Amino acid sequence: MSSFREMFRLRRAIHIRTAMPGLVPGIHAFSKSRARQTWMAGTSPAMTKNERSGSRLKVAAIAIALFGLSIGTASAAEPGHFGYGTVPTAEQISGWDIDARGEDGVGLPPGKGDVATGEKVFAEQCAACHGTFGEGEGRFPKLAGGQGTLKDDRPELTVGSYWPFAPTLWDYINRAMPMPTPHTLSADDVYALTAYILNLNNIVPNEFVADRDSLPKVRMPNRDNFIWTDPRPDTAAKPCMSACVDPAAVTISSTAEGKDLTPRTTGPLDDMQPK
Amino acid sequence: MRPTFWRGKPGLFKPANPRDAKLRESGVRDPNPRNLNSSDLAPQDGVNRRAMLGLGAAVTGALALGRNTALAQSEGASPPADAPWSQSLGAGVVDRPYGNPAEFEAGVIRRNVPWLTAGTESSISFSPLQHLNGIITPNGLFFERYHAGRPDVDPKQHKLMIHGLVERPLLLTMEDIVRFPSVSRIHFIECPANGGMEWRAAQLNSLQFNHGMISCAEWTGVKLSTLLEEVGLKKEAKWVMVEGADGAHMNRSLPLEKCLDDCLVVYAQNGEALRPEQGYPLRLVVPGWEGNVSIKWLRRIKLGDKPWHSREETSKYTDLMPDGTSRGFTWLIDAKSVITFPCPEKPLHGPGLYEIRGLAWTGHGKVKRVDVSVDGGVNWQTAQLHEPVLSKALTRFSLPWRWDGKPALLESRVIDETGYVQPTIVQLREKRGTNSVYHNNAIQTWQVKADGSVFDVQLS
Repeated sequence: MSSFREMFRLRRAIHIRTAMPGLVPGIHAFSKSRARQTWMAGTSPAMTKNERSGSRLKVAAIAIALFGLSIGTASAAEPGHFGYGTVPTAEQISGWDIDARGEDGVGLPPGKGDVATGEKVFAEQCAACHGTFGEGEGRFPKLAGGQGTLKDDRPELTVGSYWPFAPTLWDYINRAMPMPTPHTLSADDVYALTAYILNLNNIVPNEFVADRDSLPKVRMPNRDNFIWTDPRPDTAAKPCMSACVDPAAVTISSTAEGKDLTPRTTGPLDDMQPK
Repeated sequence: MRPTFWRGKPGLFKPANPRDAKLRESGVRDPNPRNLNSSDLAPQDGVNRRAMLGLGAAVTGALALGRNTALAQSEGASPPADAPWSQSLGAGVVDRPYGNPAEFEAGVIRRNVPWLTAGTESSISFSPLQHLNGIITPNGLFFERYHAGRPDVDPKQHKLMIHGLVERPLLLTMEDIVRFPSVSRIHFIECPANGGMEWRAAQLNSLQFNHGMISCAEWTGVKLSTLLEEVGLKKEAKWVMVEGADGAHMNRSLPLEKCLDDCLVVYAQNGEALRPEQGYPLRLVVPGWEGNVSIKWLRRIKLGDKPWHSREETSKYTDLMPDGTSRGFTWLIDAKSVITFPCPEKPLHGPGLYEIRGLAWTGHGKVKRVDVSVDGGVNWQTAQLHEPVLSKALTRFSLPWRWDGKPALLESRVIDETGYVQPTIVQLREKRGTNSVYHNNAIQTWQVKADGSVFDVQLS
């Protein structure tokens, strides 16, 4: 520990500083100078740390009143009440205004793409994760197939079996894909990919051309199977307090014990790779 | 896996304490326990013997070796002995200018389930609820959910655009946003897939992995209603699309009423700037609704007359029912509770008096009551709720329990201020089958064995 010498130096420094005239112990001096600055900024320069607390209270009361007043007007505010920020230019808005609505395709841009072009773009940009025919590599999403499986024990949710609206596919590819370089494809390429993926699912024919007019007209197989109003609460449990069930009927139907699925919850992160 | 942080970059920080410099030279690991890798936790005798010579065996031993070794040496710190840390000079202020948890808390970290997702960029990590006390989640332990990884956004360049069916479109900088009247509110955020692996059967023997997609923080920012008043809404405006600046350009549709009710556009979390993991520099908080709608890295708000039906509200975050239909726009988080002690990670150590502890929450508002059963739901006792009981926030409950050392089945059941009662998994499955993924708010059953060990089970 070289710190003994360190400590000595430190103590000397403190000693020298406290011995210097005009510098009362640090924290006290600091708080006073802060207080002075605050009051000067808020009121007249004459109001320093030596002002009596009565006038401080008065100023505080005025401040609260003013604050309350401004809030009061804010609640019934006209647009632009605060006046912060700028009005974005049309060019600024168009750069970020990327959304296309699923149900009616509002927001789809000009451009078009066919199935054959989509197949080429898909091979370059998408197949590494989603598989050449949208079958999905590893745990990456499967894009095609699965139609008629939604009531099965193990349903397959894909664009063809599950998605209700075709323009949503354009919107999602455009905003989020390809995963390493999202939102870098041209509108035409996104239209082509949309056409290809719909074609993989046998929803559109080989000669289909996707554009802002054709996509909203594509009828997705699962379109009518969504309920867009939340039906919950759908359970009606009662808060029974005693003898709620027959003790003999209380049996364990499943346990996580012995299933080798849980990562370690101590020590470093568990990658669950065989050692 | 992340390498030890400063070992590779020795010049990154100037050591504030000569002791640190010495540790560094001797190859002892990062003092920040959150940056450990597996080799750091293994004893490294050859390296550390040198460090021990320089420093005082007990202190260095605790730092350099595993926890067991530290425990073995702790006898030297118990009465009548005076501990080594009582007989030495501690590190000074600004030794760690941004504080770290104690070395001994190194295992208290967010964790993931590697087999759950294709990679870590579109994935989830879980808060270690078994180690948390209170209703506030420390910022470094708040659960993570990304759809295109964590962007590192420059606040000087970040902008929020509000446009669409508005009187006056607006482009705001972070400086502009901070000038608006501010509010602070405590709210939980829960991913609706929390517990999603348990629809079919008990699978994961862990509180952290079964329930850790929930966290709770104090959020500070501006009410979304203030911003919407500032732009002025056209009368046709009924829906609001919110969008992030991440690679996913994550977007969701929200009904206007909710946006005018209690949504917040926040820049601070538990008193400091948002963490990048939670949307730095700006995120939406939609209290009581599924976490996915609380868009992080918020960059755009667009007013429209209809919902957008984005991928995240059609292909995902919809609930598939046994009859093949799906529920969409199921935003609300129903009431849920869980016993956090005991739990698989925190077993019991012998018969005696314990305090059963847990957390309850509801998207409907406030928690009204929590009941606890130790016999698998035959009989229930009402637990004590701990203040503060806040709307759409985590609420603590506890119940003293004298364990007789016999097997037990522990459960908690919340009732919220609307009278909604938390269901069992059997009741949920009756209505929703096993393929709906989201919104599993079932009662959790912990099986306590005679040896005090605890397992995740489901009852028939």
